[in-house]
Parts: sequence; structure tokens; C-alpha cells
Amino acid sequence: MTNSFLESLGSGWERLRERYTALPVPARLVLLVLFALFFYALPIVRPPILTTTEIDFGGVMFAAAAFALVALGLNIVIGYAGLLDLGYVGFYCVGAYTTGVLTSYHWHWPFFLALPVAIAVTMASGVLLGAPTLRVRGDYLAIVTLGFGEIIRLIVTNTSWLGAASGIKDIPHPNSIGPNPDGPFGQHGLFSIPHLSWNGIVPLIDSNHSTPFLTFGAVDAIPYYWLLLTVLILVLIGDRLIKASRVGRAWEATREDEDAAELMGVPTFRYKLLAFAMGAAIGGLSGSLYASGQGGYINPQSFPLLLSMLFVAAVIVGGSGNRWGALFGGVLVAYLPERFRAVNDYRLLLFGMALTALAIWRPEGLIPPRRVRRVKQVEAEIEELEGGTVDV
Amino acid sequence: MIRSTLVRAIAVTAVLGLSVTACGTTNDNKASGGKSSAACGKNLAFLGAETGDAGALGLNMVGGIKLALDEYNKKHADCKIGLKEFDSQGSPDKAPALATQIVNDDTIIGLVGPGFSGESLATGKTFFQAGLPSISPSATNVTITQQGWTTWHRVIGNDDAQGKADAKYLTTTAGAKKVYVVDDAQDYSKGLASVVKTTLGSASAGYDEIQVKQTDMSATVTKIKSSGADAVFYGGYYTEAGLLVKQLRQAGFKGTFMSGDGSEDPAFVKAAGASAAEGAVLSAPAAPAPSDFNAKYKAVNNADAGLYSTQAYDSANIFLAALDAGKSTPEDINSFIGSYSGTGASGPISFDSKGDITSSTIYAYSVKNGALDTANPAPIK
Amino acid sequence: MNFGFLFNNIVELTITGLVLGSIYALVALGYTMVYGVLQLINFAHSEVFMYGTFAFAWVVVFMHGTASASQTIGGTIGILVVALVAAMLLSAAIALLLERVAYRPLIKKGAPKLIALISAIGASFSLSEIMGLRDRITGWVGLDDNLKNYVAKARDLYSSPIDIQPVNLFSIGDYQVTDVDLVVLVAALGMMVALDQFVRRTRFGRGIRAVAQEPESAALMGVNATRVVQGTFLIGGLMAGVAAALFMIRFGSTRQDTGFIFGVKAFTAAVLGGIGNLRGALLGGLLLGVAENYGSAVFGSQWKDVVAFVLLVLILLVRPSGLLGEALGKARA
Repeated sequence: MTNSFLESLGSGWERLRERYTALPVPARLVLLVLFALFFYALPIVRPPILTTTEIDFGGVMFAAAAFALVALGLNIVIGYAGLLDLGYVGFYCVGAYTTGVLTSYHWHWPFFLALPVAIAVTMASGVLLGAPTLRVRGDYLAIVTLGFGEIIRLIVTNTSWLGAASGIKDIPHPNSIGPNPDGPFGQHGLFSIPHLSWNGIVPLIDSNHSTPFLTFGAVDAIPYYWLLLTVLILVLIGDRLIKASRVGRAWEATREDEDAAELMGVPTFRYKLLAFAMGAAIGGLSGSLYASGQGGYINPQSFPLLLSMLFVAAVIVGGSGNRWGALFGGVLVAYLPERFRAVNDYRLLLFGMALTALAIWRPEGLIPPRRVRRVKQVEAEIEELEGGTVDV
Repeated sequence: MIRSTLVRAIAVTAVLGLSVTACGTTNDNKASGGKSSAACGKNLAFLGAETGDAGALGLNMVGGIKLALDEYNKKHADCKIGLKEFDSQGSPDKAPALATQIVNDDTIIGLVGPGFSGESLATGKTFFQAGLPSISPSATNVTITQQGWTTWHRVIGNDDAQGKADAKYLTTTAGAKKVYVVDDAQDYSKGLASVVKTTLGSASAGYDEIQVKQTDMSATVTKIKSSGADAVFYGGYYTEAGLLVKQLRQAGFKGTFMSGDGSEDPAFVKAAGASAAEGAVLSAPAAPAPSDFNAKYKAVNNADAGLYSTQAYDSANIFLAALDAGKSTPEDINSFIGSYSGTGASGPISFDSKGDITSSTIYAYSVKNGALDTANPAPIK
Repeated sequence: MNFGFLFNNIVELTITGLVLGSIYALVALGYTMVYGVLQLINFAHSEVFMYGTFAFAWVVVFMHGTASASQTIGGTIGILVVALVAAMLLSAAIALLLERVAYRPLIKKGAPKLIALISAIGASFSLSEIMGLRDRITGWVGLDDNLKNYVAKARDLYSSPIDIQPVNLFSIGDYQVTDVDLVVLVAALGMMVALDQFVRRTRFGRGIRAVAQEPESAALMGVNATRVVQGTFLIGGLMAGVAAALFMIRFGSTRQDTGFIFGVKAFTAAVLGGIGNLRGALLGGLLLGVAENYGSAVFGSQWKDVVAFVLLVLILLVRPSGLLGEALGKARA
């Protein structure tokens, strides 16, 4: 019963894709633009069912987008290259702390200069971590990466050059466009976009609450969300390009059967390292954007081991190997506990049970990649032909 | 065929959307259409940890606020004030988004909180830029009031005051010659412990750090014993404090054990075991609650008062006093707080220009006969 | 880096390290046996241990009441033994539950090991959260008043009301060895020897080794693989229960996340000694306990966990088969 619901989710997605690819290119572009615009407009429009009442919707969207970006990066490591990484929060942490140190703690670089450096540093740490450990077997790799995630957190907690337990505060925000006076009053940005408030199903324009375009202040999370969303779209495009290239094919070969791939001349180790580095880069990017977010404050408490597990849960639950599945999983994991704050306490319990349940009944996740669905279809057909399975 | 259906669907949705938005452009937000002078039916907000590992402390604070509101609403039956709670789970991650929610809620006139120092640092700028006044019952980190946030206040002495008093207690009242300092590497703990260490100067015998949730402290115990220290100061919370003193006593350490307000909780005695906790001294920048406080608290909240309940009660009462004095805009309330002077359940309260409480006496609570004596602490002069 | 301190206190650091390490070793046994038989990392074994600690504390509260008391081991031996048995039983039950719900469906399907690890992670979180939410759960069922002493503040530290006072027995160098130290060391060693003999000499033990070596041939030779797997989990659970009791005697308090970091360290110990190797689990555990203490002495206690993780990473890189290297299936008959 639940199985058929999940099945229909996967097949519904398939049909959506088919209809989409059947359209001519200009129509597809229009649809994509509209789809993207919908997400940009979401925190402004605040539709009644989706919006969160007890916590700022813009802030939740920001967190969801950050999670989705991380899930995209982790999807490259787990889904494309088949490497289970349980310490991904380490990269998130490295990106955030590099940004913090460069922009606030020791130097005072502007944010957009610190961002590429943070990505590069995180990528380097990914290579440093991967080089010795990728030769290790799959399940051991998981534990080693878990150890590394914890080592990074402990180093950050205990090193005073990195702010130790107090963390780093006053991290500057990305540069704003337009005037930015100090107090809460006065003209911000180039123009202001008023929010919508709803009276039942009738929207009203609420001109008392508006978002300036484009000021990054401490009160409004929406401009940060827009920035993150833009970055997410760019990374999505990059992900698509790389998956369709020979790199993506090499990853697939390595994941499915490493020995066969080696025999066919694929330098598997190098490609695994590349996957790690790319995953790390994206993790660092997300961490960097998180650090210069609304609060402007990071401390070691924000990077617990638990977060790694939630990242993994996001990718696995969403559908490992499918970038849309990973995005969906990331948004789900970040958004649901905030939308239903009453069940926030049970968040971990529910995710734990969901992980086990999915592992047993639907390990491919909610929106699995196409090849997995094809394989399952073929298996189901064979099962039918053979008249049922034989129980050993 | 597919194309035209899709295009039609999109067109219809767009038209519907436009027509619907054209319906209302009113800002009929009564609350924002000029603040009414009576400020009735408005709310106080609480931001802190109500669930999660530190949830017990947040619940203590909410209890104190509810008691204050209950007393106020009984006296002003036609002009009641409510409470909106925002659970941050003690982590600075969710705090900014909750802060935005609070400042965008026009019914909220002030914030009691944030509960912890991390959250305060993450949200201080938000409240400052939005002009919402806040009074924290429990955030003690020294750097918070150095940020220039004129809307931020606290009714509790900061770690500087507490650390200096603790060091003085150890060297004078407890008569210790060499004090070993331990902390758990967290922000609050380290802040407190480093002030103690600096104040001790040459009386400091050594320093070690443990981790939160650590159970085996044998290495630290060995270090303490071999340093010849006759007193130990622990900066941190009651769980690790209890485990540390237990293992210290088991190893034969006989000196004084002292910790700060994070350990000042009956759960410390449970964690340490009654015999190990005996004689331990826990400092807190709060006087014992007046004798009828617990009874009143229990009547409203159906639970015993705990750490920070009196501070939260006093914080809420300052806001309510501002309303009584006829203030209703955030700026007016903020200046009222700045010039406030009175005595609350936790002691005398007035604020300096940075938002810190001007005078704070630190009290030393001792564990006697297997229980934390909350009624008769010794003030540390 | 404080080497002077290390050398001056080497006896004390070593003995206390060995005591901690014995507890690691007992938990490591569960990891190593399951891995030996199934090539599966039982991530949720840490929760098996944690439930044991709670069972111990609950029995003490039940038999003694909540009044605080300080007793020596000798004075409360009756309660301790009952609590020990309770811990072993609950841990074993949780282990069997785990096997049935989280692993058996996957083993039957022949699912890849990574999926089994995901299932294990989910089970680990579910179990620890259930313990952390026990006040809510008892609230739904309406039993929260009756069970107040057992539920307490669910996410807070839960302590055994009987505070075990160690008795000094004799001294080695500057350090006074206590009865608690001896009890832990002897118990761990004893269980290890017993288990080793069990695996070597009994029929069931041979079955375990057979399935570890070659599951299909073992099945052909009449070994019931399902029973063997269940037995493996059961034994691991019993060992974890003993470890839980010893942990409570030594430290006295527990919490729903006590298992987690302990479990990772115990797994490190298992890998250090050679996963799949019972003696390796003992060696790895003792080594890890001592290394952590030495590391704390030299670098400072805040780096304690880093020592454990760095050891883990080093061992996996330099000698992935562990110090003793042999697997369960290759133990000499």
C-alpha cells in the first residue's frame, strides 16, 4: 500500500520528465524560468499551507536551500561515486570557518573575495582527506569519514586561533546593492518588495513588512535566501554538465563495479578523489554562505555529528544518485521539522525510523535515478515471467 | 496538444493570480496602524531552549514569566498581556530565523531572553536593527554587552563578576593555596574559568579541559592529584561537574570543589552521588528566591521553580512596569528599561549604559547533608 | 606537550586506562562478532549498551528506592548482581530485536552492505531517541506518574542512587588499586576467556566460525544460518550488558546518548585489534583506553577523542586488518 504510493511517486516523476522532454526547447526554458521564479517568490508570497507560522518563513527557506545545496554535494559523493561519507559536516565547517576567519576574525576581506578562497580550502581538505582513505573498503570509509568529521569539529572547538568555543561573530554580510542606512527606518536598497499576507485564500499586500532589494541586513533572511537559491541553480547546472560528461560516466562505472572499471582503463582512484573534492567544494560553498548569513555568528556547536547524519538521511531518503531526489530530500529534512514544530522533538526519531524503513523497503529513496527504476522494472518483469521468487 | 494545454493552464493561473492580488492592497493591520497607547492584548516573547538537552532551563524561565504575567493580568483584567514562546533548542542556528519572526510580529512589545549566550550573539544585531528591547535572564557571556546593542539588557551578573568572586571565595573563605581550574571548552564555561584563572594569578595550580558528555575523567583526576592542588574550580554544567567531583573523591581528593551557576542545580547532587557532592560550593549571581516565590510559582506552573526562574520573573516584571508607566512604543520601553531601578525576586536591579546589571552579588550555595541548600547561601563580598 | 607528567604518573594512567579499556573491549566484542559473521557494521550496538546501563539503574531504583546511598561493592552485592542480570537481559533483548527488525530482511535480500549500514544508523537513532523521549511516551500511555522515578527528566543525566565507593586494596607505585578496578578488569577478562572457549569448543561456536568462513558451505553442512546470526547478536548483547553493568558501577550515571560516542570508540577498538578477532577486541579495547589516557596526559584532556579518532584513521590506513589480523572464521580449532 505504501509501496504503491512510493511507486507512483517514482513513476509520476518519470512521466513528468517524459512530458517535459517532449516539449520544444523554448517552452522548456519558459517552464524552467517560471519554476525558478516560483521559488524566488515563495517567501514573499507566503502561501497559507506552506508557510511556517512559528518561525520566519524566509529563514526556514534559507535553511532548506542550504540543506538542499549540501545534499547536492553529498549526492555527488554518495550517489554518483558510491562512497558513503558520514563526516560531511566537516566540509561544511571548514567552509564556514574559513569565511569567518578571513572576513572577521583575523583579516577583513570582503565576502565575495573570501568565498572562492573558502571553496578552494575546503576542496584541498577534501583531497587531503580522500587521498589516504579512498583506498579503504566501503563500510570502513564510512567510519573513517565519521572520524574525520569529528576531528575537524574537535580541532575547531579547541583551537583559539579559530575562535575556540566562543566561535566567530560579526561575520560581515555579502555586499548589498543600493543605499543601506544604519537604523531600521529609511530607504534601503533600490526598491522594496512588499510581502503578501493572507486572509483565508485572499492575498493582501502587506506594505508594513517588505524586503528591500537588495540589502543584506540582520533582520531579513530573504535576500540571503535569494543569493543561496541563485548559487544553487548555478551548481545544479554545473552538476548536470559534469554528470553528462566522461567524468560522470567514470563515476558510474566505478560505483557499479570498480574492478571492471579499472580493467577498462578508468583511473578509478583519481575519479573517486575528484568526486570527493567536488563534494567538498560544494559543502564548503554552502558553509560559507551559512556563515555570512543573517546571524553572522558561527560556533562549533553548529557542526555536530548529528548534522552529518541528517545530510546522509536527506540524500538517501530523497533518492541517492538523482540530483532532484537529493534536492527534495534536503528540503524535506530542513523544512518539515520547522513546518510542524509540534513534532520537532520527534524529528530525530522519525528520521531514524524513516531511514531504517526506507533501507528495508525502498533503499533507492523517494525519487530514485532513472537507471535504478529501469533495473527494478526489469527485475519485476523477470519475476513475473519466472512465476515468483524462490525463497532460500 | 500537450503544449497548448500547458500554455493554457499557465495563462489561466497567471490571470487568476493577478486578479486576486488586485482585490486587496489594504494594510488593515490594526496593530501596526499606530501603536495604541494602552498596548493591551499585546505579547511578551520568550526565546530560548524549551526542548533538547538544555530544555529544563528554558522551562524554568518560561515558568517565571508566566508567574509575572499571571499576577499582572489579575490586576489588569481588562488589559491583559500574553506570552509567545519561541523554542530555539539552545542552538544559535535556528535563533536568527526565530528572531526575524519575533520582530515581524507586531503584537510583541519586548523579549525576555535570549536564554543562552550563543543565541544572544547570533540575534543581538537583529533585535537591535529592529529596535526591539530585550532583557535576558541568563546569558552571561561578557562580550555580548560589548557589541553596542543598546536594546540588549540582562538582569544577571556576567561571567567577569562571577569569576572574580569565585576566585576570591576560594582563596579567602575556602583558604585554598593552589587551585586547579577545569572547564568543558564551551563558551560560557571557558569564559568563566579563564576569569577565575586570571584572578587567581599565582594561586593557580594548573589547567585542563574536558569535553561535554565525557564520562571518564581519570586523566584529569590524575593531573589534579599530582599538582598538589587543594581546591578545584570547574567551569561548566552540572552533569560533568557531578561526574568530575565523584571521580575526584573516589581517587582520594579531599580539597574544596567549586563550580559556577551552570552547576547550581539539584541534579548536580544526583550526578555526583550524595557523599561526593558533600561540601561542594556552587556559585550563582542570584540571591535565593523569597520564601513565598516557590509556592506562588508552583500554583501557576505546577512544578518547582528552578535556576533562572526568579531572573525571568524579574525581567518580565520590568516590561510590565514599563506598561504600567504608560510606555507602549519600543523606544519608550527601551529608555524605561535603561533608567529602571528597583528590587526584584533575584535582588536589586538597575542597568548600566551597556545593558549589564550595575551591581551583582555572587552567592555561594553549598551542598549540605546530601542536598543543595538553596535557602542559605553565603554572599561573596 | 607534557611528557614529564606522563612519566611521573604512568602507573595511575595505565591502570585507569586499562579499566576504561576493559569496558570498551566488552562492547567491542559485539561489533567484532557481528562483523565477523555478517561483514556488517552494527552501528546500533551502542544503543544495545545504553539500554543495558538504564536497565541496571532501573533495577537499583526498583530494589533500593531513590534515596541516595553510598555503599561499597561488598555491601550491595545482592542488588548489583540482580542489576547485572537485568542489564544483560535487556541488552540481549534489544540486540535480538535489532537483528529481527533492522537486519534480517536485508540479509535475506542479500542487500549491499551500505544499505545495511543505513538501516543500522536509522535503528541507532530510533533507539536512542525512544529512550530520550521516554517521558513523552509514558505520558501518552498515562503511566508517567507511576514510572516517574524511572523516567525522570528524559534527556537529563540518569544516575543510580547507590553511589559505589571504591575500597583501596593495594598499591602499585603511587597508585591505590581499588576493588572497582579489579572487578572491572577481572570481569572483562573472564567474559573474554569464556567467550573464547565457547567459540572454540562448543558446537554452536563451531557453527559461528563456519558461517563466518563460508555461509553456504555451512548451510550445506547443516548449520542453521539464521540461528547462528541470532546467537551472534545474542552473545554480543550479553557482553554489552556486562559492560553496561561495569560502566554503571564505575561511573554511576547514564543518558540516552551515552552509547553513541562510546560505541564509536568501541568500534575503533575492534578495528584496532582486528575486526572479527575476539582476542583482537580485548587487545584493541585495552590499548585504546590506555592510549586515550596517555594522550590526555600529554596533550590535554580536550584532545582525548581526537586521539581515538586519529588512531582509528591510522590503523585503517596502515594496517586495515588490525593488530592481530585474524578473522573469526580462521580461528584455530
